[in-house]
Amino acid sequence: MERKHECCFSSPTLIAIAVSLILIAIARILYVLYRSGKPLRPKSPKPVSTLIVLGSGGHTAEMINVLTVLQKDWFSPRFYIAAATDNMSLQKARVLEDSWAHSTGGTGSPAKYMQIYRSREVGQSYLTSIGTTLFAIAHALWLMIVIRPQVVLCNGPGTCIPLCVIAFLFKVLGIRWSSIFYVESIARVKRLSLSGLLLYKLRIADQFFVQWPQLQKKYPRAHHVGCLM
Amino acid sequence: MGQIEESARKMVFVTVGTTLFDALVRAVDTNEVKQELFRRGYTHLLIQMGKGSYTPTKSEGEDGSLAVDYFTFSSSIADHLRSASLVISHAGSGSIFETLRLGKPLIVVVNEDLMDNHQSELAEELAERKHLYCAHPQTLHQTISDMNLDSLLPYPAGDATPVARLINRFLGFPED
Repeated sequence: MERKHECCFSSPTLIAIAVSLILIAIARILYVLYRSGKPLRPKSPKPVSTLIVLGSGGHTAEMINVLTVLQKDWFSPRFYIAAATDNMSLQKARVLEDSWAHSTGGTGSPAKYMQIYRSREVGQSYLTSIGTTLFAIAHALWLMIVIRPQVVLCNGPGTCIPLCVIAFLFKVLGIRWSSIFYVESIARVKRLSLSGLLLYKLRIADQFFVQWPQLQKKYPRAHHVGCLM
Repeated sequence: MGQIEESARKMVFVTVGTTLFDALVRAVDTNEVKQELFRRGYTHLLIQMGKGSYTPTKSEGEDGSLAVDYFTFSSSIADHLRSASLVISHAGSGSIFETLRLGKPLIVVVNEDLMDNHQSELAEELAERKHLYCAHPQTLHQTISDMNLDSLLPYPAGDATPVARLINRFLGFPED
């Protein structure tokens, strides 16, 4: 009888603690969702550390076009991430950075280049992909802890998803506030890509850009910016 | 003599990109497509066939027919695009925009065998805007015989400044 009483006494406390923790977490997530997508109003703007996720092929080409017109002094230092299987993208970023360094005489902090493991390669079995996925997530987490970017620029495909989710979690946990910008590929005219759809629907992207007016009609929170290519 | 031959050379360049697209290679290798191209004044057909298993028939192009040659991959795709008078390409955005930037007439052939066929969206949209022709492997000969290259409109260069402006505004950076 005594024992039962004791047990009944402590469990409501535990439940109360658990419930309030969950409520705090929900409140925090709601606050982050509310605050995300609202423009920042810094009194005296400072350069922001910027993570640029390079997709491969056409995705990288579109991102390079965006980088070319950004004022690089504001987006500094810059970190580039590409898939470990993609040899070309980081090379293209290096060419761009070198051309900037030449024109400014090599001032400013140098860019850093990193590779990320993909969770699953084409044709890989589902059993082994559980292991590789966990490894890829751990690797993405490690990179994000090292970089802790204030701005994330990405335009698909899937490589950017774990990085964006981690950036969002950093916002929730108060580790680092970041602004996430996603540009949907020019190849998407009528439907969003899976990566785009996830970042749009889950409201992880602070600003979401599309290149065709049809998509903007379908996804009203997106900004139509015209063709990058 | 060589000079005259060079100036009379009108090359059609076919590209399947980094993977394979046998249905396209097979389609351009049919007699009806080759005859149609020759009738329209093209003299050479060069096919980049990628990893495909279908090998087109080579031809020297004597006795009034199209000269046909092929290769699997090359690092000088850009040179072939530049020297082409007509490009027939798979629907990858890289090939499409590289060709449009060079101002070359382009027929994009959509690969119906691809699982997630979002690629046709881009080709169809650009065809609607009269920047290129969009075809399927079975309709390629029809597209070639019906096409009027003078009606194609040049593709305006892309512009990333609207994205940059919105990003700057969001982050509160001064706009110059």
